[in-house]
Amino acid sequence: MSAPLDRRRAVATLLHDPGDLLVVSGLGSATYDAGAAGDRAENFYLWGAMGGAAMIGLGLALAQPSRRVLVLTGDGEALMGLGALATVAAQRLDNLAIAVLDNGRFGETGGQLSHTALGADLAAIARGCGWERTAIADDAAGLAALAPRLRREPVFAVIRIAPAEPPRFLPPRDGAQLCHRFRAALGAG
Amino acid sequence: MTGTGWQDEVFEALKAAGIRQVGYVPDAGHKRLIERAHEDASMRAVVLTTEEEGVALAAGAWLGGQRAVLLMQSSGVGNCINMLSLPVNCRMPLLMLVTMRGEWGEFNPWQVPMGRISQSVLTLAGATVHRAEHPAEAGPMVAAAAALAFDSQIPVAVLLAQRLIGAKVFVQ
Repeated sequence: MSAPLDRRRAVATLLHDPGDLLVVSGLGSATYDAGAAGDRAENFYLWGAMGGAAMIGLGLALAQPSRRVLVLTGDGEALMGLGALATVAAQRLDNLAIAVLDNGRFGETGGQLSHTALGADLAAIARGCGWERTAIADDAAGLAALAPRLRREPVFAVIRIAPAEPPRFLPPRDGAQLCHRFRAALGAG
Repeated sequence: MTGTGWQDEVFEALKAAGIRQVGYVPDAGHKRLIERAHEDASMRAVVLTTEEEGVALAAGAWLGGQRAVLLMQSSGVGNCINMLSLPVNCRMPLLMLVTMRGEWGEFNPWQVPMGRISQSVLTLAGATVHRAEHPAEAGPMVAAAAALAFDSQIPVAVLLAQRLIGAKVFVQ
Protein backbone atom coordinates (compact mmCIF):
# COMPACT_ATOMS: atom_id res chain seq x y z
CA MET A 1 0.00 0.00 0.00
CA SER A 2 1.29 3.44 -0.93
CA ALA A 3 1.61 6.39 1.46
CA PRO A 4 -1.66 7.91 2.70
CA LEU A 5 -2.66 11.12 0.98
CA ASP A 6 -1.74 14.49 2.39
CA ARG A 7 -4.93 16.56 2.43
CA ARG A 8 -3.38 19.85 1.46
CA ARG A 9 -1.59 18.37 -1.54
CA ALA A 10 -4.65 16.33 -2.52
CA VAL A 11 -6.84 19.42 -2.62
CA ALA A 12 -4.16 21.37 -4.50
CA THR A 13 -4.32 18.60 -7.10
CA LEU A 14 -8.11 18.71 -7.31
CA LEU A 15 -8.23 22.49 -7.62
CA HIS A 16 -5.22 22.90 -9.89
CA ASP A 17 -5.97 25.21 -12.80
CA PRO A 18 -9.61 25.58 -11.70
CA GLY A 19 -10.84 27.49 -14.75
CA ASP A 20 -14.46 28.45 -14.17
CA LEU A 21 -15.12 25.70 -11.61
CA LEU A 22 -17.47 26.79 -8.81
CA VAL A 23 -16.34 25.48 -5.42
CA VAL A 24 -18.23 25.16 -2.14
CA SER A 25 -16.05 24.09 0.79
CA GLY A 26 -17.31 22.63 4.04
CA LEU A 27 -16.35 24.19 7.34
CA GLY A 28 -13.04 23.37 8.96
CA SER A 29 -10.12 21.87 7.15
CA ALA A 30 -11.80 21.61 3.74
CA THR A 31 -12.18 25.39 3.77
CA TYR A 32 -8.53 25.85 4.80
CA ASP A 33 -7.40 23.44 2.07
CA ALA A 34 -9.49 25.13 -0.61
CA GLY A 35 -8.16 28.55 0.38
CA ALA A 36 -4.59 27.30 0.46
CA ALA A 37 -4.98 26.01 -3.10
CA GLY A 38 -5.56 29.61 -4.19
CA ASP A 39 -8.16 32.10 -3.02
CA ARG A 40 -10.61 33.09 -5.77
CA ALA A 41 -14.04 34.66 -6.02
CA GLU A 42 -15.56 31.41 -7.28
CA ASN A 43 -14.74 29.67 -3.98
CA PHE A 44 -17.50 29.87 -1.38
CA TYR A 45 -15.98 28.93 1.97
CA LEU A 46 -18.16 27.76 4.81
CA TRP A 47 -17.03 28.58 8.33
CA GLY A 48 -20.26 27.27 9.82
CA ALA A 49 -23.59 25.89 8.56
CA MET A 50 -22.29 22.38 9.24
CA GLY A 51 -24.08 19.80 7.12
CA GLY A 52 -25.08 22.36 4.50
CA ALA A 53 -22.28 22.17 1.93
CA ALA A 54 -23.91 19.60 -0.38
CA MET A 55 -27.22 21.48 -0.39
CA ILE A 56 -25.56 24.79 -1.18
CA GLY A 57 -23.89 22.96 -4.05
CA LEU A 58 -27.28 21.71 -5.22
CA GLY A 59 -28.92 25.14 -5.21
CA LEU A 60 -25.92 26.56 -7.02
CA ALA A 61 -25.78 23.78 -9.61
CA LEU A 62 -29.51 24.18 -10.33
CA ALA A 63 -29.06 27.92 -10.76
CA GLN A 64 -25.97 27.56 -12.97
CA PRO A 65 -26.62 24.54 -15.19
CA SER A 66 -23.85 25.45 -17.63
CA ARG A 67 -21.16 25.59 -14.92
CA ARG A 68 -19.43 22.81 -13.02
CA VAL A 69 -19.89 22.77 -9.24
CA LEU A 70 -17.60 20.94 -6.83
CA VAL A 71 -18.51 20.48 -3.19
CA LEU A 72 -15.37 19.81 -1.18
CA THR A 73 -15.95 18.81 2.40
CA GLY A 74 -14.89 16.57 5.27
CA ASP A 75 -16.30 13.36 6.69
CA GLY A 76 -17.77 15.09 9.75
CA GLU A 77 -19.55 17.73 7.70
CA ALA A 78 -20.87 15.12 5.26
CA LEU A 79 -22.07 12.92 8.11
CA MET A 80 -24.08 15.79 9.60
CA GLY A 81 -25.94 16.20 6.32
CA LEU A 82 -26.38 12.61 5.19
CA GLY A 83 -29.97 13.21 4.11
CA ALA A 84 -28.68 15.73 1.60
CA LEU A 85 -26.99 12.90 -0.29
CA ALA A 86 -30.47 11.52 -1.03
CA THR A 87 -31.86 14.98 -1.79
CA VAL A 88 -29.05 15.77 -4.25
CA ALA A 89 -29.14 12.35 -5.92
CA ALA A 90 -32.89 12.65 -6.47
CA GLN A 91 -32.34 15.75 -8.64
CA ARG A 92 -30.15 13.82 -11.12
CA LEU A 93 -27.88 16.73 -11.99
CA ASP A 94 -24.94 16.34 -14.36
CA ASN A 95 -22.97 19.38 -13.22
CA LEU A 96 -22.40 18.67 -9.53
CA ALA A 97 -19.76 16.50 -7.88
CA ILE A 98 -19.01 15.97 -4.20
CA ALA A 99 -15.58 15.10 -2.83
CA VAL A 100 -15.29 14.13 0.83
CA LEU A 101 -11.88 14.36 2.47
CA ASP A 102 -12.12 11.43 4.84
CA ASN A 103 -9.66 11.00 7.69
CA GLY A 104 -12.11 9.37 10.06
CA ARG A 105 -11.60 12.24 12.47
CA PHE A 106 -13.21 15.41 13.71
CA GLY A 107 -9.99 17.29 13.03
CA GLU A 108 -11.14 20.69 14.23
CA THR A 109 -12.10 19.59 17.73
CA GLY A 110 -9.32 17.36 18.89
CA GLY A 111 -9.22 14.51 16.42
CA GLN A 112 -12.04 12.44 17.88
CA LEU A 113 -12.89 9.41 15.76
CA SER A 114 -15.79 9.99 13.38
CA HIS A 115 -18.28 7.40 12.20
CA THR A 116 -16.23 6.64 9.10
CA ALA A 117 -13.54 5.30 11.43
CA LEU A 118 -16.22 3.29 13.24
CA GLY A 119 -17.80 1.44 10.34
CA ALA A 120 -19.73 3.98 8.27
CA ASP A 121 -18.93 3.83 4.54
CA LEU A 122 -19.81 7.13 2.87
CA ALA A 123 -19.46 5.82 -0.69
CA ALA A 124 -21.84 2.96 0.11
CA ILE A 125 -24.25 5.40 1.76
CA ALA A 126 -24.14 7.59 -1.35
CA ARG A 127 -24.86 4.58 -3.56
CA GLY A 128 -27.76 3.70 -1.30
CA CYS A 129 -29.02 7.27 -1.66
CA GLY A 130 -29.11 6.93 -5.44
CA TRP A 131 -25.70 8.16 -6.58
CA GLU A 132 -24.93 6.06 -9.66
CA ARG A 133 -21.26 7.00 -9.71
CA THR A 134 -19.10 6.80 -6.63
CA ALA A 135 -15.34 6.59 -6.28
CA ILE A 136 -12.77 6.07 -3.58
CA ALA A 137 -9.24 7.45 -3.88
CA ASP A 138 -6.71 6.34 -1.31
CA ASP A 139 -3.40 6.92 -3.08
CA ALA A 140 -1.78 9.30 -5.53
CA ALA A 141 -2.72 7.24 -8.57
CA GLY A 142 -6.34 7.06 -7.48
CA LEU A 143 -6.41 10.79 -6.87
CA ALA A 144 -4.90 11.53 -10.28
CA ALA A 145 -7.60 9.40 -11.89
CA LEU A 146 -10.35 11.02 -9.83
CA ALA A 147 -9.42 14.68 -10.39
CA PRO A 148 -10.62 14.94 -14.01
CA ARG A 149 -13.79 12.98 -13.22
CA LEU A 150 -14.76 15.59 -10.62
CA ARG A 151 -14.68 18.20 -13.42
CA ARG A 152 -16.96 16.32 -15.80
CA GLU A 153 -19.10 13.73 -13.99
CA PRO A 154 -21.79 13.71 -11.31
CA VAL A 155 -19.66 11.64 -8.98
CA PHE A 156 -19.58 11.25 -5.22
CA ALA A 157 -16.00 10.63 -4.18
CA VAL A 158 -14.32 9.70 -0.93
CA ILE A 159 -10.68 10.70 -0.67
CA ARG A 160 -8.92 8.91 2.13
CA ILE A 161 -6.41 11.27 3.67
CA ALA A 162 -3.90 10.97 6.50
CA PRO A 163 -5.12 12.31 9.86
CA ALA A 164 -2.20 14.73 10.13
CA GLU A 165 -3.19 18.39 10.22
CA PRO A 166 -1.28 20.79 7.98
CA PRO A 167 -0.67 24.36 9.17
CA ARG A 168 -3.79 26.50 9.28
CA PHE A 169 -4.54 28.55 6.21
CA LEU A 170 -7.34 30.98 6.88
CA PRO A 171 -9.24 32.24 3.83
CA PRO A 172 -11.70 35.15 4.10
CA ARG A 173 -14.53 34.50 6.57
CA ASP A 174 -16.86 37.45 6.14
CA GLY A 175 -19.92 35.72 4.73
CA ALA A 176 -21.42 38.82 3.15
CA GLN A 177 -18.17 39.57 1.35
CA LEU A 178 -17.82 35.98 0.17
CA CYS A 179 -21.40 35.99 -1.11
CA HIS A 180 -21.05 39.33 -2.83
CA ARG A 181 -17.84 38.53 -4.66
CA PHE A 182 -19.11 35.09 -5.70
CA ARG A 183 -22.27 36.56 -7.21
CA ALA A 184 -20.31 39.35 -8.85
CA ALA A 185 -18.01 36.78 -10.47
CA LEU A 186 -21.10 35.12 -11.93
CA GLY A 187 -22.55 38.42 -13.08
CA ALA A 188 -25.42 38.02 -10.63
CA GLY A 189 -24.81 41.30 -8.85
CA MET B 1 -54.76 36.41 -10.12
CA THR B 2 -55.63 33.31 -12.10
CA GLY B 3 -55.86 30.97 -9.11
CA THR B 4 -58.93 29.50 -7.52
CA GLY B 5 -58.09 29.92 -3.85
CA TRP B 6 -55.59 31.47 -1.49
CA GLN B 7 -53.11 28.67 -2.15
CA ASP B 8 -53.16 29.55 -5.82
CA GLU B 9 -52.75 33.20 -5.00
CA VAL B 10 -49.68 32.32 -2.92
CA PHE B 11 -48.30 30.35 -5.85
CA GLU B 12 -48.90 33.26 -8.21
CA ALA B 13 -47.14 35.57 -5.77
CA LEU B 14 -44.11 33.27 -5.75
CA LYS B 15 -44.10 33.10 -9.51
CA ALA B 16 -44.41 36.87 -9.82
CA ALA B 17 -41.46 37.21 -7.42
CA GLY B 18 -39.30 35.15 -9.77
CA ILE B 19 -38.96 32.09 -7.54
CA ARG B 20 -37.18 29.31 -9.45
CA GLN B 21 -36.38 26.74 -6.75
CA VAL B 22 -38.92 25.36 -4.29
CA GLY B 23 -37.46 23.30 -1.46
CA TYR B 24 -40.03 21.52 0.64
CA VAL B 25 -40.70 19.04 3.36
CA PRO B 26 -44.24 18.02 2.51
CA ASP B 27 -47.15 19.29 4.52
CA ALA B 28 -50.83 18.96 3.81
CA GLY B 29 -51.17 22.73 4.05
CA HIS B 30 -48.65 23.15 1.22
CA LYS B 31 -50.09 20.35 -0.95
CA ARG B 32 -51.50 22.59 -3.67
CA LEU B 33 -48.37 24.73 -3.77
CA ILE B 34 -46.12 21.69 -4.09
CA GLU B 35 -48.23 20.28 -6.91
CA ARG B 36 -48.17 23.55 -8.82
CA ALA B 37 -44.42 23.93 -8.33
CA HIS B 38 -43.87 20.46 -9.80
CA GLU B 39 -46.13 21.28 -12.75
CA ASP B 40 -44.48 24.63 -13.54
CA ALA B 41 -41.69 24.38 -16.12
CA SER B 42 -39.95 27.50 -14.79
CA MET B 43 -39.64 26.05 -11.28
CA ARG B 44 -37.64 23.25 -9.77
CA ALA B 45 -39.35 21.54 -6.85
CA VAL B 46 -36.84 19.86 -4.55
CA VAL B 47 -38.06 17.41 -1.92
CA LEU B 48 -35.93 17.61 1.22
CA THR B 49 -35.23 15.08 3.95
CA THR B 50 -35.14 17.81 6.62
CA GLU B 51 -35.94 21.49 6.62
CA GLU B 52 -32.46 22.93 7.15
CA GLU B 53 -31.50 21.47 3.79
CA GLY B 54 -33.82 24.04 2.27
CA VAL B 55 -32.05 26.93 3.99
CA ALA B 56 -28.80 25.78 2.41
CA LEU B 57 -30.49 25.14 -0.95
CA ALA B 58 -31.78 28.71 -0.98
CA ALA B 59 -28.28 30.00 -0.17
CA GLY B 60 -26.85 28.07 -3.11
CA ALA B 61 -29.59 29.32 -5.39
CA TRP B 62 -28.83 32.91 -4.39
CA LEU B 63 -25.10 32.42 -4.93
CA GLY B 64 -25.96 31.22 -8.42
CA GLY B 65 -28.31 34.11 -9.17
CA GLN B 66 -31.68 32.44 -8.58
CA ARG B 67 -34.41 32.88 -6.00
CA ALA B 68 -35.74 30.05 -3.87
CA VAL B 69 -38.48 29.46 -1.34
CA LEU B 70 -38.60 26.98 1.54
CA LEU B 71 -41.92 25.35 2.39
CA MET B 72 -42.25 23.64 5.74
CA GLN B 73 -44.47 22.94 8.69
CA SER B 74 -44.00 24.60 12.08
CA SER B 75 -42.40 21.41 13.41
CA GLY B 76 -39.54 22.00 10.97
CA VAL B 77 -38.64 25.44 12.25
CA GLY B 78 -36.56 24.00 15.07
CA ASN B 79 -34.54 21.99 12.58
CA CYS B 80 -33.43 25.17 10.83
CA ILE B 81 -31.96 27.15 13.71
CA ASN B 82 -28.22 26.70 13.16
CA MET B 83 -28.51 26.78 9.37
CA LEU B 84 -30.20 30.18 9.60
CA SER B 85 -26.78 31.55 10.55
CA LEU B 86 -25.94 31.07 6.86
CA PRO B 87 -28.29 33.70 5.39
CA VAL B 88 -27.86 35.97 8.41
CA ASN B 89 -24.06 35.93 8.18
CA CYS B 90 -23.94 36.20 4.41
CA ARG B 91 -26.67 38.85 4.09
CA MET B 92 -28.61 36.54 1.83
CA PRO B 93 -32.35 36.64 1.28
CA LEU B 94 -34.41 33.68 2.49
CA LEU B 95 -38.15 33.27 2.01
CA MET B 96 -39.89 30.68 4.17
CA LEU B 97 -43.56 29.71 4.16
CA VAL B 98 -44.48 27.90 7.35
CA THR B 99 -47.80 26.12 7.80
CA MET B 100 -48.75 26.18 11.46
CA ARG B 101 -49.75 23.25 13.60
CA GLY B 102 -50.52 22.95 17.26
CA GLU B 103 -52.48 26.17 17.62
CA TRP B 104 -56.08 25.93 16.32
CA GLY B 105 -58.14 22.84 17.01
CA GLU B 106 -55.05 20.62 17.10
CA PHE B 107 -55.69 16.93 17.75
CA ASN B 108 -52.06 15.85 18.04
CA PRO B 109 -50.37 17.10 21.22
CA TRP B 110 -46.92 16.39 19.76
CA GLN B 111 -47.42 19.35 17.41
CA VAL B 112 -48.06 21.83 20.20
CA PRO B 113 -44.59 22.54 21.66
CA MET B 114 -42.94 23.55 18.38
CA GLY B 115 -46.06 25.30 17.15
CA ARG B 116 -46.06 27.51 20.25
CA ILE B 117 -42.47 28.66 19.80
CA SER B 118 -42.11 28.81 16.01
CA GLN B 119 -42.58 32.56 15.75
CA SER B 120 -40.20 33.28 18.65
CA VAL B 121 -37.59 30.86 17.35
CA LEU B 122 -37.62 32.39 13.89
CA THR B 123 -37.39 35.88 15.35
CA LEU B 124 -34.51 34.94 17.66
CA ALA B 125 -32.69 33.29 14.75
CA GLY B 126 -32.80 36.53 12.80
CA ALA B 127 -35.87 36.25 10.58
CA THR B 128 -38.61 38.81 10.11
CA VAL B 129 -41.95 37.09 10.64
CA HIS B 130 -45.34 37.81 9.08
CA ARG B 131 -48.46 35.86 9.98
CA ALA B 132 -51.50 35.26 7.77
CA GLU B 133 -54.81 34.44 9.48
CA HIS B 134 -57.29 35.08 6.69
CA PRO B 135 -57.49 33.80 3.09
CA ALA B 136 -57.58 37.26 1.54
CA GLU B 137 -54.27 38.33 3.10
CA ALA B 138 -52.16 35.25 2.29
CA GLY B 139 -51.28 36.08 -1.33
CA PRO B 140 -50.48 39.78 -0.77
CA MET B 141 -48.52 38.91 2.38
CA VAL B 142 -46.34 36.41 0.51
CA ALA B 143 -45.77 38.97 -2.24
CA ALA B 144 -44.70 41.57 0.34
CA ALA B 145 -42.52 39.04 2.18
CA ALA B 146 -40.77 38.08 -1.06
CA ALA B 147 -40.10 41.72 -1.84
CA LEU B 148 -38.74 42.31 1.65
CA ALA B 149 -36.56 39.19 1.56
CA PHE B 150 -35.04 39.65 -1.89
CA ASP B 151 -34.85 43.44 -2.05
CA SER B 152 -33.55 43.92 1.49
CA GLN B 153 -31.62 40.62 1.53
CA ILE B 154 -32.84 39.26 4.83
CA PRO B 155 -34.58 36.07 6.02
CA VAL B 156 -38.37 36.43 6.08
CA ALA B 157 -40.94 33.87 7.18
CA VAL B 158 -44.66 33.88 6.53
CA LEU B 159 -46.60 31.83 9.05
CA LEU B 160 -49.79 30.43 7.56
CA ALA B 161 -52.06 30.06 10.58
CA GLN B 162 -53.71 26.74 11.31
CA ARG B 163 -56.99 28.59 11.37
CA LEU B 164 -56.36 29.56 7.76
CA ILE B 165 -55.34 26.07 6.66
CA GLY B 166 -57.90 24.20 8.72
CA ALA B 167 -57.15 21.79 11.53
CA LYS B 168 -56.08 18.36 10.36
CA VAL B 169 -58.88 15.83 10.75
CA PHE B 170 -57.67 12.60 12.36
CA VAL B 171 -61.00 10.94 13.08
CA GLN B 172 -63.55 11.12 10.27
